[in-house]
Amino acid sequence: MTSHEERFQALIDSEEKIESTDWMPDGYRATLIRQIAQHAHSEVIGMQPEGNWITRAPSLDRKAILMAKVQDEAGHGLYLYSATETLGVTRDEVVELLHQGKHKYSSIFNYPTLSWADMGTIGWLVDGAAITNQVMLTRCSYGPYSRAMVRICKEESFHQRQGYEILLALCRGTDEQKAMAQDSVNRWWWPSLMMFGPHDSASTHSEQSMNWKIKRVSNDDLRQQFVDMTVPQADYLGLTLPDPDLQWNEERGHYDFGSIDWDEFWQVVKGNGPMNRERLSHKIKAWDDGAWVREAAAAHAAKQARKKEVA
Amino acid sequence: MPYEIHTAPGEEPEDVPTTSGGTTTWPMWEVFIRPRRGLAHGHAGSLHAPDAETALQHARDVYTRRREGVSVWVVPTDAVYASDPDDAEDLFEAIEKPYRHATYYEIPEEVGHM
Ligand SMILES: [Fe+2]
Ligand SMILES: [Fe+2]
Repeated sequence: MTSHEERFQALIDSEEKIESTDWMPDGYRATLIRQIAQHAHSEVIGMQPEGNWITRAPSLDRKAILMAKVQDEAGHGLYLYSATETLGVTRDEVVELLHQGKHKYSSIFNYPTLSWADMGTIGWLVDGAAITNQVMLTRCSYGPYSRAMVRICKEESFHQRQGYEILLALCRGTDEQKAMAQDSVNRWWWPSLMMFGPHDSASTHSEQSMNWKIKRVSNDDLRQQFVDMTVPQADYLGLTLPDPDLQWNEERGHYDFGSIDWDEFWQVVKGNGPMNRERLSHKIKAWDDGAWVREAAAAHAAKQARKKEVA
Repeated sequence: MPYEIHTAPGEEPEDVPTTSGGTTTWPMWEVFIRPRRGLAHGHAGSLHAPDAETALQHARDVYTRRREGVSVWVVPTDAVYASDPDDAEDLFEAIEKPYRHATYYEIPEEVGHM
């Protein structure tokens, strides 16, 4: 180990944060660029499944709430792109990689939102799973990433609560409304568990990330944490979770649950999920459609600068 | 885990750009926010904008959606002149002068709070 490497690892071992101007191993930098950029892409693509329901929200209140949530997700994307840029790449570069299909985003957003209840389930389960992960990431060793996570976590709790409240309203409503909620939870439960990634035994880049304290808790431990937290919340709603093997294990002090369909997981990761094509083409279209706005803003800025020079 | 993206077995690992390319993008601005009257502006983050006016509007949208502030500054990132991280030890750590701290002095308990 070089003295640089020793000093770097010593900082990490003593729970100090690494800042952008510090020396860092190339692998640490590359891992962070990939992870933070893909986290940013996920926030941005994640606006689509919910944006889909803004015009059809059942009340003005729900519409305002949903717009605020979607706007937050855009903000999360921006905080995270800023964090990526502290590592020496530009936002345009990583966005371009997304558009070329060379960077991925979270597979959860490749499932369709078929009913209003999905707005409730996404807030409760998808944002819930994201919170479990992001709370861990507030303790990540890279300062700019950790700070972005602190900011994001403060906002996420609203996302989860508004989702749960949507489901509460449906579950207290008519039989049809409750059935809609149940159908939605049936569709989202397994994909939400898949959000935590492959089993620890099959997770390729976990160990190094743990040593670098980019990741602090293993995939399986996070998933268990999420299940334990969520089951009682489902009970309160009076909804069942679509897993016959789900039951409390007194000995372990945790819920046992059935095995995940990893074939489906890898299919969606590889691009064969129900919405992969549509999500990416919509993203590219939005970027292209916005070209005139970027050009106009640049032209305006140039004109203002010229005026200043003359004055 | 959410937002950690996985490469399927047999799939090519993804591209990681390692250097800044030539794409010209809007300049970067650092955002400072005063959370309440009586407090100093603190660094909140950064963003891209074509000019100061737009930077201010973006800062408002990105960093103060929940009344996080009563005043915002935006400063071109280029304008920040920073200390060299390699000098940190010389600048901040090397010269330890404990007598500059109140705890260096022992005041008898009977004297009371000081
Ligand atoms: Fe988010
Ligand atoms: Fe969220």
